[in-house]
Amino acid sequence: MGRLFALVPLAAAVGLLAALAWPLFEGRNPQELPSVLLDKPVPAFDLPALGAGEPGLTSTDLKGKPVLLNVFASWCAPCRAEIPRLQGLAAEGVTIYGLAYKDDPEATRRFLDALGNPYARIGVDRDGRTGIEFGVYGVPETYVIDGDGMIRHRHVGEVTDRVADATLVPLLKELAK
Amino acid sequence: MIVELGHLALAAALVVAVFQTVVPLYGAARGDATLMALARPAAMVQFAALILSFGALTHAFVTSDFSVSNVVSNSHSLKPMIYKISGVWGNHEGSMLLWVLILALFGAAVAAFGDNLPESLRARTIAIQGLIGVGFLTFILFTSNPFERVIPAPIDGQGLNPLLQDIGLALHPPMLYLGYVGLSTTFSFAVAALLEGRVDPSWARWVRPWTLAAWVALTAGIILGSGWAYYELGWGGWWFWDPVENASFLPWLAATALLHSAIVVEKRDALKSWTILLALIAFALSLLGTFLVRSGVLTSVHAFAVDPERGMFILVLLAIAVVGSFGLYAWRAPTMDGGGVFRPISREGGLVLNNLLTATAAATVLIGTLYPLALETVTGEKVSVGPPFYEATFVPLMVPLIIAVGIGPMLAWKRGDLAGAMHNLWAAAIIAISVGLALAWLKGAPVGAALGMALAAWLAIAVLTEWADRIRLFRVPFANAWSRAAGLPRSAYGMSIAHLGLAVFIVGAVGETYFSHEVVRYASRGDRIEIAGRTVVFDGVSERAGPNFNAQVGIFVLENGDRLESERRFYPAEGQQTTEAAIRVGPAGDLYAVLGEPADGENWTIRIYYKTLVVWIWIGGFLMSLGGLVSLADRRLRVGAPAPRRRVAEAAVGGDD
Repeated sequence: MGRLFALVPLAAAVGLLAALAWPLFEGRNPQELPSVLLDKPVPAFDLPALGAGEPGLTSTDLKGKPVLLNVFASWCAPCRAEIPRLQGLAAEGVTIYGLAYKDDPEATRRFLDALGNPYARIGVDRDGRTGIEFGVYGVPETYVIDGDGMIRHRHVGEVTDRVADATLVPLLKELAK
Repeated sequence: MIVELGHLALAAALVVAVFQTVVPLYGAARGDATLMALARPAAMVQFAALILSFGALTHAFVTSDFSVSNVVSNSHSLKPMIYKISGVWGNHEGSMLLWVLILALFGAAVAAFGDNLPESLRARTIAIQGLIGVGFLTFILFTSNPFERVIPAPIDGQGLNPLLQDIGLALHPPMLYLGYVGLSTTFSFAVAALLEGRVDPSWARWVRPWTLAAWVALTAGIILGSGWAYYELGWGGWWFWDPVENASFLPWLAATALLHSAIVVEKRDALKSWTILLALIAFALSLLGTFLVRSGVLTSVHAFAVDPERGMFILVLLAIAVVGSFGLYAWRAPTMDGGGVFRPISREGGLVLNNLLTATAAATVLIGTLYPLALETVTGEKVSVGPPFYEATFVPLMVPLIIAVGIGPMLAWKRGDLAGAMHNLWAAAIIAISVGLALAWLKGAPVGAALGMALAAWLAIAVLTEWADRIRLFRVPFANAWSRAAGLPRSAYGMSIAHLGLAVFIVGAVGETYFSHEVVRYASRGDRIEIAGRTVVFDGVSERAGPNFNAQVGIFVLENGDRLESERRFYPAEGQQTTEAAIRVGPAGDLYAVLGEPADGENWTIRIYYKTLVVWIWIGGFLMSLGGLVSLADRRLRVGAPAPRRRVAEAAVGGDD
């Protein structure tokens, strides 16, 4: 066997290692699913309210100050789990709008009655059209929207303490400046 | 107190591991027998320290000691006892502790059973095993300490991911680690041989059983994992080509190649350099798997403990292991002699073909796994390489491999007779072709399905033909054949069982892939659902409380009146939901029903599958693993001493393996 040939595995391995090290040095997070709408204005929508006499939700409501838009549904278990966390955020003064995604308004109503309502306003997206416009993967999803109505961040999945403290709250603070 | 003791034992294990590395290596370099002899007690002490450490962590989980951070994050007082125990390795820190425990177990095993190894080879092997231990113990102590305390202690834990609260998954990681880490032994042997600068005859005799042991465990681990994915994830898939699955499959492919090339080293004293390289690659792929799972560089349903700092640490360990061992290989391998010569058409030739195809298959899987990573690094684009890639690259490689698996065992060593072998296999060929044509014409099966089933038939009949040929069935009186059958070495039976297992596996894989049925619809109580000629009645949903979850139970009534239950479980402690499928297992196929999300009113989404022949997949995998075990029980491997006379006698019967 040639001496040069014996070097092939070593060379291949070094190349592979370099390829593996690269993303770590760059500090990229593969779990993040960036929204295609990132840094674009929210799609226009005008959704009805949950009950008569309550305000609905339109895209213009999202302008003015940084807010969270939380896409939820009563049939989704993680949504159930994140409600207390969202209530905590609301108590700290964060404005959270809710998008009731593909849900029966009656079921949404029971869900909020049982668990509490962290939302300043709720839009009922019965057929999921607005959700599609936002590019919703699955509920729950939470969007950070700045004062100009631009989508600045999207979180897929449950809002855990870690997500809220490490990402959402600091981002909202920064946008409020 | 016990927790601190465990932590202390872990630190002690690191100190012993350093000793176990440095002293024997120095002794071997100096030819000092006293220093080399210290390797064995050191390996024993390191193992004992890690048993203590692992025992301490298990104690903390069993007693729900919530002052330990790891227990808080991964356990809950209401969890059933078995999952409290499996919770020990159901997380990053604990599983790393299990990893080093098994590593030390193999080191201690070499120390305990290595009597007939040359002293310097044994000392160096144990030292390298110790060196791997040094790397991983440092990793655990500095980045992943399982014994970290929290003050004040919370009242209860956060629970274990409910998907992991399952008996299949309780057993799956320890099995997989036995396999992964078992390959460390062949790696240590290979590095020791490179340090020695020569491949001792005892080296070849030793490497095969260790590879076999690791391979048996790895096969069982992968099969358990696949079974778990099938019944727990709730969509009835059994293999997803997910990066983490590939991480276990890559070392398996390398170990399979190694297993076969080690036979050539043992029997014919050839392929030594290649076998050493395979031993290095197999363990390097194990380490790569560990890195991929724990660094978070790839998105996967399985990835846990995503932490770039840990990823960097494992990458450094991987780099040291790979650059060190491959560098040593580049330096030393060219000086090692090639050994026995053989013709391309021979048993050795068949085994080389096996090696080439298996190694190429491993390379395609490696590329498929890492390509998305490379593309993202270069362009920032996220892609996912799915089953179509593997179906186009991996599966075609398996076709010649399976044909060769049928022929190879019929060939003689050194110089084989292909025409003679084919003469014996004409029946297998005819049956295989008939099976394929019958499926394609009579049942209108797709080409892939017909080809797959034909290959399975070919392989199964070739295996049986080879066995019948070896015992001269129907050619000598039956009693005579019977005594020949009883006299065949266990390694011959091991090979036949494992190859038969491969055939059975193919039947299952092809059947499931091409002939399964699926119905997804809304149903309310009393609805009848037709699938694959069967009728299933949906009998509504009720609520039930489990030990640490609440469940909605969907009832499905079969034609024979049996009631199957599928559950949607919600685990409040973890805030997660899982699905328990209702499965009726049968030899011809499984009925697989899943209760989905509630729709409007009384309607529920339900999914019903008929998974044709799916159980054959696991029977086949189990047979492969069993074949390895039977082969491992061969007297030759157990005794380990050279027995040239007996081997000549065996060769006269037709040789084993």
